[in-house]
Amino acid sequence: MKAKIIITPKKAVLDPQGKTVQNALAQMGYTGVTGVHIGKYIEIDLAPGTDLAAAHKAIKEAAHRLLSNPVIEDYRLEIE
Amino acid sequence: MNFSVLQFPASNCDQDAIHAIHLLGHSARLVWHKDASLGDTDAVIVPGGFSYGDYLRCGAIARFSPVMQAVKQFADQGGLVLGVCNGFQVLTEAGLLPGALIRNRDLQFHCEYIHLKTVTTDSAFTSCIPVGTPLRVPIAHGEGCYFADEATLAQLQAGNQILWQYCDAGGKVTDAANPNGSLQNIAGICNERRNVAGLMPHPERACEPLLGSDDGRWIFESIFAALKDRSVAAA
Repeated sequence: MKAKIIITPKKAVLDPQGKTVQNALAQMGYTGVTGVHIGKYIEIDLAPGTDLAAAHKAIKEAAHRLLSNPVIEDYRLEIE
Repeated sequence: MNFSVLQFPASNCDQDAIHAIHLLGHSARLVWHKDASLGDTDAVIVPGGFSYGDYLRCGAIARFSPVMQAVKQFADQGGLVLGVCNGFQVLTEAGLLPGALIRNRDLQFHCEYIHLKTVTTDSAFTSCIPVGTPLRVPIAHGEGCYFADEATLAQLQAGNQILWQYCDAGGKVTDAANPNGSLQNIAGICNERRNVAGLMPHPERACEPLLGSDDGRWIFESIFAALKDRSVAAA
């Protein structure tokens, strides 16, 4: 069982990494790219048989407290 | 006066902070991050470094250390807390200061001298800083760009909570003088209650001319003065 969390910078936050990669793609000849945003992907392995609802609640809390910083980041989470 | 200087795994400016405080005539001791109590403390310094390797986000893990509960209680009771560099990051992650520190806008680590304009002397951290004198202090960081949303920035302005801005040698706040892209050139702030402050530059590395500047001592002198006022008031 795995929890998958994708963390992305909020739109209002400066993302110089994203900008740099966007420039690099343009330099490499890729066209039609209007924006690049760089975030994080976290996988959490859960013991088999873990209660899905309880896990969702706990990991959502962890995502809010530790895994992401709500001042500068958004996150989405799925458990499978 | 007794200063507690926190020590997390990979803090590296803790000894500099102790040295600076001793140099300026007061006592300071290290408090290990696992200690649940600060002991007899007049003020807390959260030092610079790369606590927990800056893993996940700078200060994100350190903020959950047991000692931070004690620091929060100390701050809630009005105790003075100063976060320097990684310490500033820890305090924002802990919610003791608003906003966040993100990657420098040019993606480079900046290790250089900058100048600070003291925006207000109305705080325990700035009261003794000579008016109109830019402070020459070193920075050493890769994630020092101060960010907060519009509402928070407005609150900081309204509350007179911006303590220092990056400026040029002449004291002018310009984009060229901004080493990391911080919004409004913000280098350091305090909380609403004015007892917790954080800044990215290192005043503890600018307390003796031998090291290149002793402008940093004014920040410590301000704290000493505030503590002295408090102990007189309590007597």
